[in-house]
Amino acid sequence: MTAIAIPQKTPQKKKRRALFGKRFKMTVGGTILAVAVLCAIFAPLLTPWDPDQQDLLVRLKPGFWSDKGAPGHFLGTDNYGRDLLSRLIYGSRLSIMVGVSAMLLSALIGSTAGVIAGLKGGWTEQVIMRFADAQMAFPDILLAILMVAALGGNATNLIIVLGISRWMVYARVVFGLTRSLKQRPFVEAATLYGGKDFYVMWRHILPQVAPVLIVVATLQVAQMILQETALSFLGLGIPPPAATWGNILAEGNTRLFIAPWIANFAGLSIIALVWGVNMLGNGLREHYDPKMVGR
Amino acid sequence: MILRYILRRLAFLPLTLLLVALATFVVLRLTGNPVDIFLDINRTPEQVEALTQRLHLDLPIPAQFLIFLRDLLHGDFGESLQFSGSAATVVWDRAGATFQLAGTALGLAVLLGVTGGIVCAVWRDRLVDTIISSIAVAGQSMPSFWLGMLLIEFFALQMRWLPTSGYGEPRHLVLPAITLATILLPNFVLITRTSILELMGEQFVVTGRSKGLSRGRVLITHILPNAINPVLSFLGIQIGTLMAGSIITETIYAWPGVGRLLIGSIFKRDVPVVEAAVFFIATTIALANLTVDVLQMLIDPRIRRS
Repeated sequence: MTAIAIPQKTPQKKKRRALFGKRFKMTVGGTILAVAVLCAIFAPLLTPWDPDQQDLLVRLKPGFWSDKGAPGHFLGTDNYGRDLLSRLIYGSRLSIMVGVSAMLLSALIGSTAGVIAGLKGGWTEQVIMRFADAQMAFPDILLAILMVAALGGNATNLIIVLGISRWMVYARVVFGLTRSLKQRPFVEAATLYGGKDFYVMWRHILPQVAPVLIVVATLQVAQMILQETALSFLGLGIPPPAATWGNILAEGNTRLFIAPWIANFAGLSIIALVWGVNMLGNGLREHYDPKMVGR
Repeated sequence: MILRYILRRLAFLPLTLLLVALATFVVLRLTGNPVDIFLDINRTPEQVEALTQRLHLDLPIPAQFLIFLRDLLHGDFGESLQFSGSAATVVWDRAGATFQLAGTALGLAVLLGVTGGIVCAVWRDRLVDTIISSIAVAGQSMPSFWLGMLLIEFFALQMRWLPTSGYGEPRHLVLPAITLATILLPNFVLITRTSILELMGEQFVVTGRSKGLSRGRVLITHILPNAINPVLSFLGIQIGTLMAGSIITETIYAWPGVGRLLIGSIFKRDVPVVEAAVFFIATTIALANLTVDVLQMLIDPRIRRS
């Protein structure tokens, strides 16, 4: 808006290009995510050891960087002599599965609630959005902690809990967009032609909201993965001996002094995947909304 | 005017707290019978009955909720099952440690984050900006508990400069505060950067520059005062993240605050303490948000008028 009012008198300095453009971000992020997903899918082919196979003769052995290591265990072993690399690769299965499923669940709940609130307005809007506000004031991890404590930790419960704890992120974004879309001619026309609510949502609102939804959803996958590992770390995730990144990290925490590599490689795996997903999300955001490049 | 605004905001407080109370109650009653979990195998029927009555578990659920609400109004969550004394006192005794940690971390995060954000915005897309922004994005991907472990590994185990855990002296505070601050720091860098960059396109900034003010002067007199508000409102949102992060940080460093008490009490099924701790955290967040809103209104007259 302001750009129109001001004549561009001063010659603009030559536009400096950001070092990391959107294409770079999307490529790097997408590659990391793709590699992680492929590793998770083909875990049985890639891992030299069974992730749960214990071998007490080689417990807490370091990996390739030390000559005291046990042969064949590239990243060393944990307290029960289980192969760390195999456990990390199998752990990516649970982390990615929980992260993506929880994201899908919360996106489904949140965008449905947001579209309905935006389209209906009035009383419906007040109930849905005030409820979202109230839940915003309540830390999501606190809700997740309480619910896991109540329901018990397993993959299904974790997905449900994480899905419910973050629906309002989508609801708020989608609500705002729907409310402004509602006044656009093509939506008004569809409504006036007698289009049912569901038809208007599916055919006219959703395609418009989709780019924003994709960006938010991608960034939320990263949050979900972090949240899952945090819960596992607190002892409220999928219970051990299941190989999840959070569990491996928590085990590593108790043996930080004698076997620091357990925690370090688990942490590295988490940060690499989450960073990749964040990069992809940021790249997508710049792609769909060039105005927000500054962010 | 200001008073009326504060009063109107205060009127919403009970509603939020009622929802918190309801959520806590529902979730904890789903956990099954606390009596079964808390008493060991050698319990006598008399013990079971005494505890059932003490927690009002013999009454119907709606009645239990009403009793819960009534006691809540008196600040009474019942007696703790694992400690002697009332749950409210047990939580309150640990509040100081949590406030100390959270306050230090928040101060650190705001100070460094805003400075970093300003630097990034002023030298946009230069090397400094690229480096700081990249670190910030990487920081957002960092699980805070792993950072805590790395700090312990390096500063406590390798260098032996700082203790791995403990409470009381300033040196005990260093590592936990850094860990907790790092959760918020990247967000503050990025939000400050964005806010300033958005302001740089505003008319009053362009006018300031075209009438001959230097870049630095425009930054200090026109941009920064206007950037306070978006950063403040973001700070309000981050209070929840801060309290959630303190739960994890306290667990890593065995910091004797409310967060660690909460996690410990969940595993011990100490229902009154869990209720009191959750309620304490939610109330802190609500009050902090209220403070931020009032501050924003005091700073920016535009909000007062709307």
